[in-house]
Amino acid sequence: MSKIVVPSDPTVALDPPYLFPDYRSTVFRSPSKALVMPPAGLTELTGPKFGEGDVRDTDSDLTAHGDGEPIGERIIVHGRVTDSYGKPVRNTLVEVWQANSAGRYIHQLDQHPAPLDPNFVGAGRCLTDSGGHYRFVTIKPGPYPWRNHDNAWRPAHIHFSLFGRAFTQRLVTQMYFPGDPLFFQDPIYNAVRDEHARKRMISAYDHSVTSPEWATGYRFDIVVGGAEATPFEEVES
Amino acid sequence: MADSFAYPVTDVEASPGITPSQTVGPFFHYALPYDPGPAVAGPDRAGAVTLTGQVLDGQGEPVPDALVEIWQADERGEFVEQSGLYSEVSGDGFRGFGRCATDEHGRYQFRTVKPAGVPTADGRPQAPHIAMSVFARGMLRRVVTRVYFADESEANATDPLLEALDEARRPTLVATADGSGYRFDVRIQGADETVFLDVFAR
Repeated sequence: MSKIVVPSDPTVALDPPYLFPDYRSTVFRSPSKALVMPPAGLTELTGPKFGEGDVRDTDSDLTAHGDGEPIGERIIVHGRVTDSYGKPVRNTLVEVWQANSAGRYIHQLDQHPAPLDPNFVGAGRCLTDSGGHYRFVTIKPGPYPWRNHDNAWRPAHIHFSLFGRAFTQRLVTQMYFPGDPLFFQDPIYNAVRDEHARKRMISAYDHSVTSPEWATGYRFDIVVGGAEATPFEEVES
Repeated sequence: MADSFAYPVTDVEASPGITPSQTVGPFFHYALPYDPGPAVAGPDRAGAVTLTGQVLDGQGEPVPDALVEIWQADERGEFVEQSGLYSEVSGDGFRGFGRCATDEHGRYQFRTVKPAGVPTADGRPQAPHIAMSVFARGMLRRVVTRVYFADESEANATDPLLEALDEARRPTLVATADGSGYRFDVRIQGADETVFLDVFAR
């Protein structure tokens, strides 16, 4: 086995706390004891890797999974996945899922009385390219109600799941849209207490990607944190 | 039910840095779990075992909408180069990674092998273990733990992580023999809370 160097990371994690009582479901689903720092072990410093065999081209076009076009505002969502040193994370798996344009998930537990769209499932995946870029075509999701508090609505969002290069870098997050009027009352978004860090979850409208007479574009860059094992040889080269 | 909230909304710019975590929410089931997901090892793998358990909340209630993921070395302590995710593992294959949604009783089950111990980055030996993440509605970020094995008591006794824990909490990280494999319950909160790890330090 090659000698391993574990780089320390220059940035600070600003993840939400486990317990954020405004989001009621956290009350009994949050650890009460302090986390323990494990020794840096190879299991956590490595992670699953994926390849072309794990995705098909059509997996990244969420508008192409039915017999016809889904209803709603067609959008292109793209961005770059980097580590906290700014290095692109290549060939990493990005999985997304979302509500349809009416704010309804194709999930048996979603009881929101809004229509399902026979032409929209709302799940996609892709691999980042050699520059760390990903790109999805989808429909802008609608906001939807939930029962956390009085007249509670989730801002429109797309769920993202990423692996990075190491188990430490695994990230599940949500991408929001600029100017959403529902941010002020959403405890999930606001559970990220640092307001500058919170804004990292909001995509930017990107006219350079907007495609004439076809779809508007949004950019959502993602930074995964966490140490990874770097073979000594690579550090030297 | 709480009335409502009025968090301040300001015009500040995003600062550069790591993208914060958000909950996986309740509606991931049509996107993330997949039939071959719980098979880390193929059915014909010599020494294949089940790893099963329950995810429980702070009231001792099963968590029926959790997603459990594991990552590990193989029997020789090697990590696979390509895991694959959506396809079946071949008969005696091994992919190191597994994903399983909990059922209505909060239960998960993987088929895998017990890995060889892999060292720390600075070369200290560790007892065999599997890395585990649990995601769920109500969890704004995942919890991370390690699954050790009760039949490795000698290796466990000198494992750097287990050694550093209060003795009373060590058993929360040790899977016990159960039928054709091992059982490992995850208690998210409470007196017998599982030891969760900070792998988020950057």
